[in-house]
Amino acid sequence: MSQKHETPLLDELEKGAFPSFVKEIKRAAEHSEYAQDLLGQLELSYKEKVTHWKHGGIVGVRGYGAGVIGRYSDVPDKFPGVAHFHTVRVNQPAGFFYTTDALREICDIWDKYGSRLTNMHGSTGDIILLGTKTENLEPVFAELSSRGWDLGGSGSAVRTPSCCVGPARCEWSCYDTLELTYQITQRFQDELHRPMFPYKFKFKMAGCAVDCIASIARADMSIIGTWKGNIQIDQEEVRNYAKNGMDIQAEIVDMCPTGCMSWDGNELKINDEDCNRCMHCIAKMTKALRQGEEKGATILLGSKAPIVTGALMSWVIVPFIKLEPPYEELFDLVERIWEFWDEHGKNRERVGELIERMGFPVFLKETGLEPHPAMVKEPRRDPFFFWSEEDIEK
Amino acid sequence: MEKEELKKIIYELVEKSMGKKKLKQSDILKKVSKDHGVDKQEVKAALRELLDSGQLIFTYFGGSYVEIPPKE
Repeated sequence: MSQKHETPLLDELEKGAFPSFVKEIKRAAEHSEYAQDLLGQLELSYKEKVTHWKHGGIVGVRGYGAGVIGRYSDVPDKFPGVAHFHTVRVNQPAGFFYTTDALREICDIWDKYGSRLTNMHGSTGDIILLGTKTENLEPVFAELSSRGWDLGGSGSAVRTPSCCVGPARCEWSCYDTLELTYQITQRFQDELHRPMFPYKFKFKMAGCAVDCIASIARADMSIIGTWKGNIQIDQEEVRNYAKNGMDIQAEIVDMCPTGCMSWDGNELKINDEDCNRCMHCIAKMTKALRQGEEKGATILLGSKAPIVTGALMSWVIVPFIKLEPPYEELFDLVERIWEFWDEHGKNRERVGELIERMGFPVFLKETGLEPHPAMVKEPRRDPFFFWSEEDIEK
Repeated sequence: MEKEELKKIIYELVEKSMGKKKLKQSDILKKVSKDHGVDKQEVKAALRELLDSGQLIFTYFGGSYVEIPPKE
């Protein structure tokens, strides 16, 4: 298939050292009319400095209200190949692990029904299949589900839960992020496929405070692994790091956010009571330091990227919880939070924004959570405590 | 209340709102549950059947709503 549209502006983006999305769309355009017209419409957008996409509307697969994002061209006469260019979100496996066969299977399905373009992975975590026509949605869904795949979340629904690689590949994971992600996905199938909330709700599971999945900044509920007890120190290995050139004072002790460490040139000391489990020292001295033995997670609530209003960070609501199957304590908490949000949330108001609007004490009262000094709003800020009128009188 | 009767109430509620106010799933659950004294889970199950059969559909206009599908 020869190139249908001249693309002088897009061609500029192919120059330089880095891979270019234009190059990939051109490759797909050799076999796909969608990609041909996508190039044409993009070129027009670059020329006119305005988008030609419309999004939303009435599009989806029967029974589901999530998983398909409607997208239409506002210049369909010029670019009929992208008159409809819907996105299909496919629920990714926990930890993003695939066999090569699984990837081939997804690509074969998309070659058959879509534009041949994908995005691995979208910011929520799903496999994003970019661009298909309305009439292809039911067939693509049928074929995906017949092979064990399912659609992910979109709209005012639970978004596809995602996690770090967890214990599958990382010794720091304080709980099984993969198992919890799978169990949340199974438990909240209805909430994932049938939008029922004021706005989106994201779960992200990180095995430790290194937070490879960036849950603290972009998940409504961030579940971050942590531990109780003292950091385990192998002093011999600490001395080896020093011998091999590490400046322990500058790189470890002075970088500790709570200043709870000291180094006398021979022995590393940690005042564990002041440690906030940030993982910096453990991540730098992997052979010398290990987390405490009692492991679990901290649950935080309310972060989001700046879409309708500004960005928020997560707020600690459960300082420590043992996370083991069947996770009923966690699921019960999630349902209480959703009841609070459902009762008071305005349209397109994330749960973090609702808490900001109504106040943390109201949230705690209605969800039945006991106030605790460790309910820190943002990292490195002082914790605080609330008193009711009756408490003050006492 | 019989499920079929509940489905009729939900459908009529959505029908009456068309062109006036877009209803979210939670709006329907709250209203029907309150007006008819039915448990929200029962309303949810009836609504689910209407959605699965295609009598009602989800739409997205900055948020997700439940509506009657357009006539072909």
